[in-house]
Amino acid sequence: MSDLLATVPDQAPSSAGRRRFARFLGGKVGGGLVSLFLVAVLGFFLFRVIPGDPVRTMTRGAPVTEQQIQVLRERFGLDQPLWKQFLDFLGNLLRGDLGTSYTYSRPVGDLILERIGPTVLLVGTATALAVVLGLWMGSRAAWRHGGAFDKTSTSVALTLWSVPTFWLGLIVLMAFGVGVGPIPGLFPVGGMSSPDTPPEFLPQLLDVAHHLVLPALTMVAVIYAEYLMVMRSSLLEEMGEDYLTTARAKGLREDLVRRRHAVPNALLPTVTLIFLRMGLVVGGAITVETVFSWPGLGLLTFEALRVPDLPLLQGIFIVLAGSVVVMNVLAELLYRVLDPRVRES
Amino acid sequence: MRGSQVGRRFVALCAVLLAGLMVPLPAAAQEDGARPQGATLRIGLQQQIDSLNPFLGYTLASTDIFRSIYPTLTTYRAADFEVEPELAEKWETSPDKLTWTFHIRPGVKWSDGQPVTARDAAYTFNRMMTDPAASTANGNFVENFDTVTAPDEGTLVIRTKTPQATMLAIDAPIVPEHVWSKVTDVASFTNDQMPVVGSGPFVLTDYRPEQDVTLTANPDFWRGPAKVAQVQFIQFKNSDAAVQALRKGDVDVVQKLTPAQFDALAGESDIQQVKGQGRRFFEMILNPGAANSENEPIGTGHPALKDVRVRQAIDHAIDRQALVDRVMGGYAQVGGGYLPPIFGDYHWNPPQPRPFDLAEANRLLDAAGYPRGADGIRHTPQGEPLNFDFVLHGNRSEDIQVGEFVKRWLSELGIGVELQPVSDNQLNDRTTAGAFDMVISGWSANPDPDYVLRLQTCAARPSPSGGGNTDSFLCDQQYDDLYNRQLGEFDKAARVDLVNQAQARFYDQAAGLILFYQNSLEAYRTDRYAGFTMQPAQDGVIVAQQGYWGYYGAEPTEAAVNGTSGTDYSTVAWVLGGVVVLVGVVVALVFVRRRATADTRE
Repeated sequence: MSDLLATVPDQAPSSAGRRRFARFLGGKVGGGLVSLFLVAVLGFFLFRVIPGDPVRTMTRGAPVTEQQIQVLRERFGLDQPLWKQFLDFLGNLLRGDLGTSYTYSRPVGDLILERIGPTVLLVGTATALAVVLGLWMGSRAAWRHGGAFDKTSTSVALTLWSVPTFWLGLIVLMAFGVGVGPIPGLFPVGGMSSPDTPPEFLPQLLDVAHHLVLPALTMVAVIYAEYLMVMRSSLLEEMGEDYLTTARAKGLREDLVRRRHAVPNALLPTVTLIFLRMGLVVGGAITVETVFSWPGLGLLTFEALRVPDLPLLQGIFIVLAGSVVVMNVLAELLYRVLDPRVRES
Repeated sequence: MRGSQVGRRFVALCAVLLAGLMVPLPAAAQEDGARPQGATLRIGLQQQIDSLNPFLGYTLASTDIFRSIYPTLTTYRAADFEVEPELAEKWETSPDKLTWTFHIRPGVKWSDGQPVTARDAAYTFNRMMTDPAASTANGNFVENFDTVTAPDEGTLVIRTKTPQATMLAIDAPIVPEHVWSKVTDVASFTNDQMPVVGSGPFVLTDYRPEQDVTLTANPDFWRGPAKVAQVQFIQFKNSDAAVQALRKGDVDVVQKLTPAQFDALAGESDIQQVKGQGRRFFEMILNPGAANSENEPIGTGHPALKDVRVRQAIDHAIDRQALVDRVMGGYAQVGGGYLPPIFGDYHWNPPQPRPFDLAEANRLLDAAGYPRGADGIRHTPQGEPLNFDFVLHGNRSEDIQVGEFVKRWLSELGIGVELQPVSDNQLNDRTTAGAFDMVISGWSANPDPDYVLRLQTCAARPSPSGGGNTDSFLCDQQYDDLYNRQLGEFDKAARVDLVNQAQARFYDQAAGLILFYQNSLEAYRTDRYAGFTMQPAQDGVIVAQQGYWGYYGAEPTEAAVNGTSGTDYSTVAWVLGGVVVLVGVVVALVFVRRRATADTRE
């Protein structure tokens, strides 16, 4: 960077900064694209290692003839040598075609688009709530570490974190979905909306929100500990810093010292974590979606793995990895905004 | 810090919203113009719907829907699985048994008003015979067809290549030509343009993938309209949730219950349990020496199992009653013949079943040349200890338990058993490759026994390039003769006799041991449904029948017809209004507090 500045000393700094940023952006996006390509290649071979003949699994138990099995094999291209299948896959991928699902006989892209909404809604809501809850409790816990709030909130969060999601989901379902003793069953036990709900916007919105409560609650309970712990330890590190003493010396209330001085500085590590997790939002939560029959990508993945539905698995894998890569690039960009030190280095 | 303030307000907002949603939404009777009058039958579905295209859909859930919306030539009577006229009113065969003439019922209409004619049936079968994609799901039915023609609107003529006794068991849905002739590529056609044109007792009117399917009663159905206005299949990916939905009244019928779930519903008010006979048999295969269709040995089967005496000895060491009682909790019938008792006509029980008798088992093994050593372990003539692997579905608890029992019984004979729980896919792979000594298997039988009988023939074994659909790798000339004779036998009584002989031969060979026939466990709500047409009448089931009788004959109660389910959205709107007001108050409070604290700032 200093070389660049030395050769063009009279150039406006803003222009140099822009160029530097463009180069930085290009590098990141290019790196992301390379990662995506590697993911596609990996995905193709990875899923072919899964034992099982898709055609045989699909037709097991159904009265089929040898000829029908042959037709299916040809339709799926499974009669071609592996290298030919791979080239076809790459060619189609470059044209944006993710192939056709074996089980559903529909384009993989359509299937993923259909399911991505419910998953983003569920996991997105849960992640947002967990982030808010975790960061708030984490900063409180660290500020008075060793106190009663710290001890209870940390141990409750860690207990929920270690509980098997499936089991917790069933408990939540029994308690709030069906009702136990005096508690009536307040929420639906499964699905995303009831088939009888009027098609207008408001009833649909309310119905989906009503169905969303239990799965989102389960997910929040399981994942908020992560944000709590990261926030807590990161704030603990800041607590001995001189600038807090200065702030206190100015006569600020404890509350303000925490909120305006300590927490913003402690937030940086959590940003990394949040963006890392946001990439995984698309991956959904297979267990929660299964317990509450939520029609998202997690369920689709589960079904696809059983066959194995190779084009569908590849498609999901690419979309999932793609979202992680995109979120990582975004996180790097955001870092430059949040922390001036990163921008200058 | 502003971020923290926003965060705090967000938390408060979420809490209030959550609290608002907690308010129970009162269920109130309502007249909704969009919804058809009458009862809705809601079925908790636990299987996947793979495709709504009747030429492609394989799964039980899909075929169950096709049965309700598309006609077939014949159907199976609810009471006893006897063949009954459906779209074909009557039929006759030529003296050479190669030409079948079906007379199509006049006056039947598609749901769009067009008449259903023989041309639709001819079109459907011809498409399956000429378009490989259209043969995906039901191609086996037309495999032996030579020509299919419709000389006039009421007559369908099918010529077969060889005489075929199963011509009245053609389960393929017939589709309207005027809709499907426009479909150029069957393989990519999703058939989800609602309402889907059909002519069954119901019309498919809504489908939300992985959520629900709605069928609406067809007012013009030729047998008369169904008693319910709608049937809804609601997807559950978790059977416990489905059971809870039944207890709560969110669904009316649940199926595929485990014995534990079934028992837990006993004595529950307004719930009736249905312990139906199952179509499935639970089988343990002893590798009789796997070979492909060219008779080249394949796989890793133990040579000792090629000896029928060893296989029979193992059978003598299995206490089927104990398995039924202790593994299945009593919800199964002790196995014997190949075809399950639900299909009474073709069910055969061994007149002299091999009893659970360890002494006899030991005697047979001694005679076969596998003596016990000083350590109590039996050895092969080469002096190696007699050990078998036993491949099981790792995700099914009944497989694991059966495995443990068998292991214990065989250890008393001096035979070692290594249990190998694997994934379903691996199990299928190993079964097809013959790479097992003992393996768990099981098939759902049909009213016509041909398909499951064929699984045990030499021809079902895999070709050298793979493929094939064998069950046990049994290849027995005597069995094959009996199989071929029953396929060409048009007299029912004579055919039953041949099928029974084939089952006796299969039992004798002891390559596949039918351990038990699992019950099909269902439950329904009696406050909403007074009854269903069960198939068969004796110990029958409601869901996934060989026909549409269960849904078509469902009798809703007064309460179900008047519709006491559903959420009243005017109440919801009030609740929502309350929530908005509450949020406003909270925001105002936070704002006031912030103003107050501003004074203390620097």
